[in-house]
Amino acid sequence: MIEVRFHGRGGQGAVIASNILAEAGFLEGKEVAAFPFFGVERRGAPVTAYTRIAEQKIRIKSGIYEPDFVVVLDPSLLKAVNVADGLKPGGLVLINSKVSPDKLRAELGLADDKKLATVNATEIAIKHRLGSKAAPIVNSALLGAFAKTSGVVQIDSLIQGVKKNVPIKIEENAAAAQEAYDSVVIH
Amino acid sequence: MKMVMTGNYASAYGSKVCRAEVVSAYPITPQTSVVEKIASLVASGEMDAQFVKVESEHSAMATLIAASLTGARTYTATSSHGLLLMHELLIWAAGARTPIVMSNVCRANGPPWSVWADHHDAMAQRDTGWMQVFCEGNQEVIDSIIMSYKLAEREDIRLPAMINEDAFILSHTVEPVDVPDMEEVDAFLPSYNPRFKLDTDEPYGFGSLVMPEMYMEFRFKINEAMEAARQGWRDVEKDFEKHFGRNHGGMIEFYQCEDADAVLLIAGSVASTAKDVVDKLRSEGKKVGLARMRVYRPFPVEEIRKLANMTNIIGICDRSYTFGHWGPMAQEVRGALYGQTDIPILKNYIMGLGGKDITPEILEKIFLKTLGLTEGLDTEIEWIGVKGHGGW
Repeated sequence: MIEVRFHGRGGQGAVIASNILAEAGFLEGKEVAAFPFFGVERRGAPVTAYTRIAEQKIRIKSGIYEPDFVVVLDPSLLKAVNVADGLKPGGLVLINSKVSPDKLRAELGLADDKKLATVNATEIAIKHRLGSKAAPIVNSALLGAFAKTSGVVQIDSLIQGVKKNVPIKIEENAAAAQEAYDSVVIH
Repeated sequence: MKMVMTGNYASAYGSKVCRAEVVSAYPITPQTSVVEKIASLVASGEMDAQFVKVESEHSAMATLIAASLTGARTYTATSSHGLLLMHELLIWAAGARTPIVMSNVCRANGPPWSVWADHHDAMAQRDTGWMQVFCEGNQEVIDSIIMSYKLAEREDIRLPAMINEDAFILSHTVEPVDVPDMEEVDAFLPSYNPRFKLDTDEPYGFGSLVMPEMYMEFRFKINEAMEAARQGWRDVEKDFEKHFGRNHGGMIEFYQCEDADAVLLIAGSVASTAKDVVDKLRSEGKKVGLARMRVYRPFPVEEIRKLANMTNIIGICDRSYTFGHWGPMAQEVRGALYGQTDIPILKNYIMGLGGKDITPEILEKIFLKTLGLTEGLDTEIEWIGVKGHGGW
């Protein structure tokens, strides 16, 4: 079973991202579950959401504390939340950031046995006019980057999941996912 | 069709495939997306129902009682304080013998304020005359709604039913759910045609004053119906399985209980997690089992007695509490076993109140503690994970 934790801020689409990833796994015939941790929802507040993907029926209903993957939608969260908390040895953190990987590694205190990947999802989202320049919606781009760096789902099923779940700008979201898939870098 | 959806959407689709004709609900976290989804299904014409907007849960239930008395199939959803506000009319709905089906998203009662999973809201409605089901997953949510209409509308039952899904853990978690076609549901669930109904062409009065010589007779008949519903649940689940090829384990689902040295009795989503823990402990040679309390009202007395014959120790895990006298399930189990011979050791655990997460690690500790009670109880009751108490 693969467990993924998304960190975002209210309004950025972390919860929908966790659902789209589940949908993509489902389209590949896998068992899936996705859920948010809800405080009382507010735009801008830190939000976490989770996805499980497995070959067997998923019976566990408790939270995810030791994820295989962490996806960070908003780089400003690194100052507020320990996003790498509980990450499994060999796990990967994928961050929407244009900061150099060495600096990020130091900021996260990321051990050498953990992988780091970055993608400039903000720039990709703005280019495809997703959200506003001040508050771009970066979830589709990060999911595309996740498909590439994790190998957990295929980009085709991921894009199908995006198309099924985003309410507007369907083609733009799909294009953002593809562009991030092509441009993400594992350091 | 199999789709990925939340427990709340499974509830909404349950009302749709059962062709609920009148829906009235008031939004409350974490039930809101049930109401939103139904409103949008009705607005888009996908669901042929009248959606009645109201100013409170009390009015929602009043609306449905009246609608049900006219012979309409009715549905609502609520949670926590919304359910508590309905309390008066829950009793009225059962007394009026209206087969209303309602989803309750189980959430803690305040104060202190909490929006997370807890069974106190539902279990506090024990004496209202509603049938109650607790679900462990989203497939069970939609299937239980379909089963509930069939049983609730039976001429000799005519009682309302409450389908409980844990806040967030089911209500906001997406899982694959097989939503049956409406035609498949039609073949299982005939339309609702009560013999007596509110009809201006043929007027009847319902719920009016009765003198003391007749009141008890009405109460007696409600209880007869609830007693009949016990076999009714077993039958309706078999019937459901014939039509849809799925069952959810009857009133109590026994998982690895047959030769178990110790069993935990759990209602709701935690029972699902506990199955993984049973498998792990069994692989290590520890004979543990899980009994999942699926139907809470009518209380499954025979199943509890059967469980008592399977095992020596039962840990009863309540996600609720009756202040001053154990957890609600622990009381009921003790009552059901009183006077039986060779009663197992019965231990009560209180856990998960207000959404406190119950992980496999915690459940493993509880299983091992329960297995170790071969010499008898240390304490009758323990609260799990309360800071500064009990060392959990």
